[in-house]
Amino acid sequence: MRRFVLIAIPYVWLLALFLVPFAIVLKIALSDAAVARPPYFPQFDWAEGIAAFIAELDFENFVWLTEDDLYWKAYLSSLKIAVISTFFTLLAGYPIAYGMARAPEEWRPTLMMLVILPFWTSFLIRVYAWMGILSNEGFLNQFLMWIGVISEPLTILNTNSAVYIGIVYTYLPFMILPVYSALERLDGSLIEAAEDLGCSRLTAFWLVTIPLSKTGIIAGSFLVFIPVLGEFVIPSLLGGSDTLMIGKVLWEEFFSNRDWPVASAVAVVLLLLLVIPIVLFQRNQQKQQEAE
Amino acid sequence: MNRMSWFNAVSLTLGFAFLYIPMVILVIFSFNESKLVTVWAGFSTKWYGELLENEAFLNAAWVTIKVAVFSSTMATVLGTIAAYVLVRGGRFMGRTLFSGMIYAPLVMPEVITGLSLLLLFIGIGLDRGVFTIVLAHTTFAMCYVSVVVSSRLVTFDRSLEEAALDLGCSPAEAFRLVTLPIIAPAVISGWLLAFTLSLDDLVIASFTSGPSATTLPIKIFSAVRLGVSPEINALSTIMISIVTVGVITASLVTKHQVARQKREEQAAERA
Amino acid sequence: MIHFQNVTKRYGEFTAIDNLTIDIYEREFYALLGPSGCGKTTLMRMLAGFETPTEGKIFLAGQDIAPVPPNKRAVNMMFQSYALFPHLSIWENIAFGLKREKMPKHDINDRVEEMLRLTRLEKFARRKPHQISGGQRQRVALARSLAKHPKLLLLDEPLGALDKKLRQDTQFELMDIQEKTGTTFVIVTHDQEEAMTVASRVAVMDHGKIIQVSTPDRIYENPNSVYVADFIGDVNLIEGTAKLNGSDSYAMSWHEGHAPLSIKSPNAFSDGQKCHLAIRPEKVAISADQPAEADNAVQGRILDIAYLGNISTYHVELPTGAVIKAQTANTRRIARRAFTWEDTVWLSWTATAGVLLAD
Repeated sequence: MRRFVLIAIPYVWLLALFLVPFAIVLKIALSDAAVARPPYFPQFDWAEGIAAFIAELDFENFVWLTEDDLYWKAYLSSLKIAVISTFFTLLAGYPIAYGMARAPEEWRPTLMMLVILPFWTSFLIRVYAWMGILSNEGFLNQFLMWIGVISEPLTILNTNSAVYIGIVYTYLPFMILPVYSALERLDGSLIEAAEDLGCSRLTAFWLVTIPLSKTGIIAGSFLVFIPVLGEFVIPSLLGGSDTLMIGKVLWEEFFSNRDWPVASAVAVVLLLLLVIPIVLFQRNQQKQQEAE
Repeated sequence: MNRMSWFNAVSLTLGFAFLYIPMVILVIFSFNESKLVTVWAGFSTKWYGELLENEAFLNAAWVTIKVAVFSSTMATVLGTIAAYVLVRGGRFMGRTLFSGMIYAPLVMPEVITGLSLLLLFIGIGLDRGVFTIVLAHTTFAMCYVSVVVSSRLVTFDRSLEEAALDLGCSPAEAFRLVTLPIIAPAVISGWLLAFTLSLDDLVIASFTSGPSATTLPIKIFSAVRLGVSPEINALSTIMISIVTVGVITASLVTKHQVARQKREEQAAERA
Repeated sequence: MIHFQNVTKRYGEFTAIDNLTIDIYEREFYALLGPSGCGKTTLMRMLAGFETPTEGKIFLAGQDIAPVPPNKRAVNMMFQSYALFPHLSIWENIAFGLKREKMPKHDINDRVEEMLRLTRLEKFARRKPHQISGGQRQRVALARSLAKHPKLLLLDEPLGALDKKLRQDTQFELMDIQEKTGTTFVIVTHDQEEAMTVASRVAVMDHGKIIQVSTPDRIYENPNSVYVADFIGDVNLIEGTAKLNGSDSYAMSWHEGHAPLSIKSPNAFSDGQKCHLAIRPEKVAISADQPAEADNAVQGRILDIAYLGNISTYHVELPTGAVIKAQTANTRRIARRAFTWEDTVWLSWTATAGVLLAD
């Protein structure tokens, strides 16, 4: 009996506040927009019965998503931004993680803390910090003009470049931590063995270190890729009006256009898009657990 | 071997410079005299003064802290129960669905979580305000708590609980007297994580808040959209300092404890 | 005091305990001995209440204990990992069970002090488990499980985590404490030496069944099966066919062209039945010349000598190819040892030295 109550409490909570809301999203995605409160049709009515209600639902919103090129462009552009920024985050994060794993042991907890610290700091503030740096009269332009690389300020803020910088910056800890934990476990004598067997430093790195940190690289990449796909804050603060990301489109569809059915349809498609990387990520985690 | 190569030194220096320079600039320019945030015009703390007189910010901060305290506490209770059920519950009907619901919010884009909760609240006619934000934050934070706590429970030596039962505890007493004190560090870090997530959250709060309740991130976001402002710099500096002090203290305390435990264990084995 | 009646425990397809019936008496030091996976731990966990039998009943002092939860049983257990509560001091660990009984405070004090004295831990009462050594932790676990005066104490591989020297000392301590407290001890172990040392009766288990229950010396001298003979100590096994030769004597023919071996056996065999002679290496004598008055003597060649300090084991190859081990005590200095590799020697033993076992 006690066991039943214990299971039921979190179970019911999640059903009510996670699964049911999502069912509502799905339902509204299949409804039509209407000038009403709430702004969609059909409303569920017990008197008419479920069959009549279901008959009113259709895939019109999803058809609309394919017809208006704003949406599929937004999906494609989100994917592109997520892929490219994940790659750059890896490029920036790997050397840091490598340096940490090779650092003297007594430094490592401190370095670790330095990586975690930004993670506890407000996301919004960290994105905001770049607004002052990247603007036309910002510090980056001031600095570049001062050293004489450029004579005219570069326009970075409100472009896709700013979005990439913002993503790499905010998601860097998510990449560093799993890669670091993979590299730290790596037995140093393996590299010595590879060098002993005739590898150069670089080939030893390529043939031993990289393959053995693969699980960390994959985990880190997914930890960056998955949330970036639905990112809203970074494109809306650092991106320009031509920066298309699906999270931003959903937000605007909901708050500006008040088109709930389309916003819901956008959400459903985004989620479907996420299923593949999430499943792949889980498989990677399982493999890693089995390996341990 | 233990000496760092120049390559590692350079990559660490550049890496940490990249991570910290933006925040350092932010902090420095919160003490700028001028309203122009990119031109230094002398030291001043006047923006902190103005911030403290800005009632809208203070109200938002108060709402945020209230929401964070309530939601993280509820999330910790629910998340710990969920972790316990997940690790110790054995088989029950719908276990797969349950663990799916625990892990899904971790990867769910915030816009979707926010949207779906908003539609639920409207559907059942719940007025949006502090209460709805607390519900929303509790739901997604409890999943983080349960992941943190269950990873501790997995490594928990089950014979400790069995020993408690063997010595006359009821299952509830065994949990209260033995399991909970031992997993307490994980529960506390779960609470801190939930608290921070709630403090930070913009997207879900934007969806689930009503006109009566504005949280600090919502306030900051609407101010920041109009451009950089020294007041926000001052606010950011305060938040960064709190986090910095907290994280450094926590890591020093942990380091000290680990070192002491190691020393005592070695001493015991030698004796 | 404890009676297992046709107890069976299954986990899905796997049968951990197979229709088992045993009795354990009061004040006994009872050892369950067997390889890992033989079901001995399951048996113990059923006594503690962490497992319930699939079939059959367990009685403690005449009462069926199936419906009694672990926290209501007058049975305490000492865990293999010790399971000391890391957040409580040694004193609080020992007092833990007493406090659950709502015992008055000064009684708890007295009892804990008594247990600390018994296990010689007075100095460590205020320490936490991580601040004491492995041997001390083992004693705390023992003190904690004895504190409640259980009718029955279960010990799950209690000495497994200790090094060999400490283990031997602790074995005698355990026997001492068992005698002083008069509690029934049931110990689970895979270490036959440990079981033989501490226990008054040993039950040898395999695949969920009890193979033999007896006192340590009878288990060693009169194993009831090839399995037990092989599991306990070192043994030579010679296969052959029995032939009755007098009332309880047999002539076992074991190899063509060799005289049959003469053996006295209490176990009855019919003529021509397949059997094994089990004989301990220390009961086989080794000599250069053919002994005059031995019941059995065979000739062989020394293959290997294992010098263990106090004793030496000779591996002697018979003309049949079989290898027999013979042990002698090294009462002389090694320089004057009589035999060396490749020497041809005689092995001999008396008719009562070994036991005859069925297949």
